[in-house]
Formats: sequence, C-alpha cells, structure tokens
Amino acid sequence: MSYTHSVTLDWEKCIGCTDCIKRCPTEAIRVRNSKAEIMNDRCIDCGNCIRVCSSHAKKATTDPIEMMADYKYKVAIPAPTLYTQFKKLRNPNIILTALKKMGFDEVFEVALGADVVTEYSKLLVQEKKVQLPMISSACPAIVHLVQMRFPTLIPNIMPVISPKEAIARYARNHLVKKGIPSDDIGIFFISPCGAKVTDTRDPEVFDTSMVNGVFSMKEIYLYLVPIIRELGEDEVEVLQMGSANGIGWAAIGGESTASEVYNRVAVDGIENVINILERMENNKLDVEFVEALACVNGCLGGPLTVENSFVATNRMLKIRKYLQFKGKTRDLNILDSSVSLDWDRQLSNKQVMKLDEDMFKALEKMERMEALYETLPQIDCGSCGSPTCRSFAEDVVMEHARIEDCIFMLREQVRKMAEDMVKLAEKLPPSIRTKGKGGEDE
Amino acid sequence: MKMHYDVEGGEFINVGTASSQFKKTLKMLGIGADIIRRISISMYEAEINMVIHANGGSIDTEITPERIHVVLQDQGPGIENLDLAMKAGYSTASRQAREMGFGAGMGLQNMKRNCDELQISSVLGEGTRVEITVYLNQES
Repeated sequence: MSYTHSVTLDWEKCIGCTDCIKRCPTEAIRVRNSKAEIMNDRCIDCGNCIRVCSSHAKKATTDPIEMMADYKYKVAIPAPTLYTQFKKLRNPNIILTALKKMGFDEVFEVALGADVVTEYSKLLVQEKKVQLPMISSACPAIVHLVQMRFPTLIPNIMPVISPKEAIARYARNHLVKKGIPSDDIGIFFISPCGAKVTDTRDPEVFDTSMVNGVFSMKEIYLYLVPIIRELGEDEVEVLQMGSANGIGWAAIGGESTASEVYNRVAVDGIENVINILERMENNKLDVEFVEALACVNGCLGGPLTVENSFVATNRMLKIRKYLQFKGKTRDLNILDSSVSLDWDRQLSNKQVMKLDEDMFKALEKMERMEALYETLPQIDCGSCGSPTCRSFAEDVVMEHARIEDCIFMLREQVRKMAEDMVKLAEKLPPSIRTKGKGGEDE
Repeated sequence: MKMHYDVEGGEFINVGTASSQFKKTLKMLGIGADIIRRISISMYEAEINMVIHANGGSIDTEITPERIHVVLQDQGPGIENLDLAMKAGYSTASRQAREMGFGAGMGLQNMKRNCDELQISSVLGEGTRVEITVYLNQES
C-alpha cells in the first residue's frame, strides 16, 4: 500500500475519547476498541487531530535525524518557518550557519524556492494558462482536501511544484554540476508539518521527490538552540539567498503579497478554508487567487513548530523589517532554467466519499442510510465512535459498524426486550393461574 | 431517491445549507464533478432567491440514474414579470440583501446557464415554484 498520511497514533496514550473524530474535516477517524483509528484513504494530513488531542496521542511521523549518516554530502533545506522559532533572532544567516555547524555541508533555503515559484506562478497567470480563481498548491493538505471533497475545483489548483520541491531540484542540479555524485547527496527538508512528509514520500504530481528525508522542526530546534547560544558574531556566514517575500510565504497572506495579487483571498485554518471552497464551488467567489493554508496563521501554525503561531507571526514581521535594512544575501546563483517547475501529471480525483462504484448500488445505499439516519437520535454524541449520526448511518450501511453500536438504539432494544420479558413473565402456566390473571382468556 | 429540505427565511448568514448538504450527497453517490458543479450552482442560486425574496420555503430533490431533479417551492410574493426577471442585472432584492452582496440580478441567468431544464411558475401573492433538471448521461 502506498504511503498516505503522516499521522500516527500512540496506542498507550489514546483514551478513545471523541476529541479528534469531531474535528476531522474529512471524517477520517473512528474510535474502535477504545482507540482512534484513522481511515488511511481519507486522511489529508491537516494536523487538526494532532492539535486537538488532549492526551497527546497523535503525532506526525518524520524521518530520524540519524538518516543524515546515510549520505556523504548533507544538504539542509529549511522551511522559512524555522526562522521565527527563536527568541530575539532576526538574522536568518545565524540559523543557517547553525545548521552547518550541526553537520550539514550545505544549506539552501526553501524561501528561495518560494521566490522562484512566485515568479513562475505570475507567468502562468499572465499567459492565461490557468483557470481563475487559482488556488495555491503550496499546502499539501489543501491539495488533498480539494482532491477528496472538492474535485470540481481540481482544475483551479496552481499547476506548479512546491517551493520545497523546487529548491531541492535546484540544489541537486547545482551540486551534481559541481561534480558531487547524486547518490552521495542527501537533501533534508526541515518541516513545520506532517503533510509535507507525505508530499515527499508519495508525491501527487510527479514520481520521485528530490528530497531524501524530512526532519521535524521541533527536533532540529533542540539541536540548534545550544549551537546558536555558543555562536560568535564573527562566525556567522552569509548563506541567505531567499528574499523577504520568499520567507514571508510561511505566514498566511505571504504568498499573495509576494505574487502581488490584489484581488485575492488568503484563508487559514481548515474549517475556514472549507467555507471558502464551498463558496467557490457555488461560483460565488469573485477573486483571482485563493491562498489557502490548513493551519491557523499558515505554516507558522504547523503541528511540528515550537513557538505559538501568533508570536511567530510577530517575529516574521520583525525579520522582514530587519531584512529590509540589514539583510545580507549570498552571492551564488543555483537557479537553472533547465529545471522544470511543472507537474508531470494531473491531480487525481480521489472520491473516497463515494458509497459504491456502481451508482445504482450507491443510490440504494444512500436510501438505506437516510432511512436509518431518521431513526437515530441526531445529536452527534460520538459514543458510537463515528463523528456524527449521519456518518454512523454511513458506517452501518458500509458494514463498518452495527446498529447496536449506537447506545440510544441499544437502549431502545433493551427497553423493548424488558417489556417483552415483563409480558412473558405475566404469562403463567394454566396449572397455577387463577381465573383472570396471567391467562389468555381474560 | 428523494430528499426534503426546509429553508428558513431571512437567514442570510447560513444561506446555502441545503445546497451544501445536497452537494455532499451527490459526492457520496460518485456523480461526476461537472454535473455536481452545475446542479450546485443552480440550486444554490434558487435557494438564495427563496431566502431573499420569499422568506424561505422547501426543497425536494430526486436523484435517479438518469437525472437530478430539484423542486424549490415557496409561499412568497411571486414574480410579477418572469421575462423581465430573467434579464441579466434585473433585481428586486431589498437594500439589506444587496448590502450583503446578494441580489445582483444574475441569479436566474446563472441557473439557466448551468442546468439542462429550468421551469419557473409563479402566481403573484401565492408563491413561486422552480424546477431544475440536470441529466446524468453525458458523464460517467
């Protein structure tokens, strides 16, 4: 089976409550045997369940740092969110230098990838090669959401690879040209979320990612803190190549600002995104560009970040201000027009919500589902392990649950049974019954 | 398969709930993306009209393997001049509705453009009945 999502469950910690099933935007979680199981084909990796779990039982899997040892030449490609995670730090060069001190031979910024993607997207819009309104393809969770819940909007997704993938391609191309064998090069993305792990392991629009491993920002942060503390001012190398606009992509509205699209909507938080996509589907969104990010405050709110996303947003502003006056960038060009930023194939329509391949059967199932739903309490209590009464009805029809799993239905059956028992108990054998009591002939 | 929805009037904030639910149903049935898009746009426009002009009403939908049929019935003021109403840009929406971004006078045009059959019958002072049909056979 192909890799579908990064979220894993710590079975020890999960107490089987209803926190996550209620907040999953694709209704992908069910509580079974007191554990919150994820339906693999439905998970879009938005990270909502990770955030809402009060037992901290859900987490996004990333690659182990030890993986660096597998490659001779190690390259870090940090997401710009990393720059906002450290107190009182404005100069990205300090963080980039610290990454080299940690053991990376080279550092290229995803922010530079964002700069290139910005320019390329603008070109596609100018040449009218896209369908308006355009939806940003930067957030893999949103791309998955569209594939699953809004397939009618697939043609509106910006057909450009992500900044992470773009920089990885440029980096590899540059280093190979310098004479380093491709097999020796290990490119590691430092990620604020699990969705980008999935996007690396099982890309949607091309076969193989140029990224070899994805590290959690939280983990890298712990390595960097002591290094940054010890780092002398004279040791700081000039490694920054991305612009302030490219770095700004990490925050919601950053991509729109970089692309200079005036007629746009920048929406963050998966529920808000769903509302906007619903409107778009109804043809009621008169904009040119939709920047949609699954996490509140954009990538700064990713589940693998350390800092509070509102605080990180403030730091982003300070970093941008710093770069405006004091920023220093590296004199190196790794960009190359032979590197493609296009998709190799179209996004697929993942109709996982479909009841049956055969529409006749689907209709029949839908009818049974609706009939069953009418008999349910419709209070969406979640005790059955499904997020809503409607999804429970679906689970029963799809034979993933039994009607008795609903405690109200069970109680009703018990009540009926008790009534029947009382009725039976009143029926006495003829030898001991007195006239008019317990007999049929009253 | 039949479904029924009641639409509340004067509720501008949640307008489109029925269309949205119906859309979810169509996706679960595996109906083609283009057909879903067309029926959703038409039904949503009709639902808005019902809220803006007629203080709500009811929607009955029927899905068969051949077609999707949606009937929207209200007890509103009715449409005085249907030909005029069909004209792009013509609107009798209240100021409040316009301030909320509705009532641009494109609703009926949008509906007509996105469905295969559109039938509107209206009696002044009694109400309006809108029937929308989209055929399924052009796509999967």
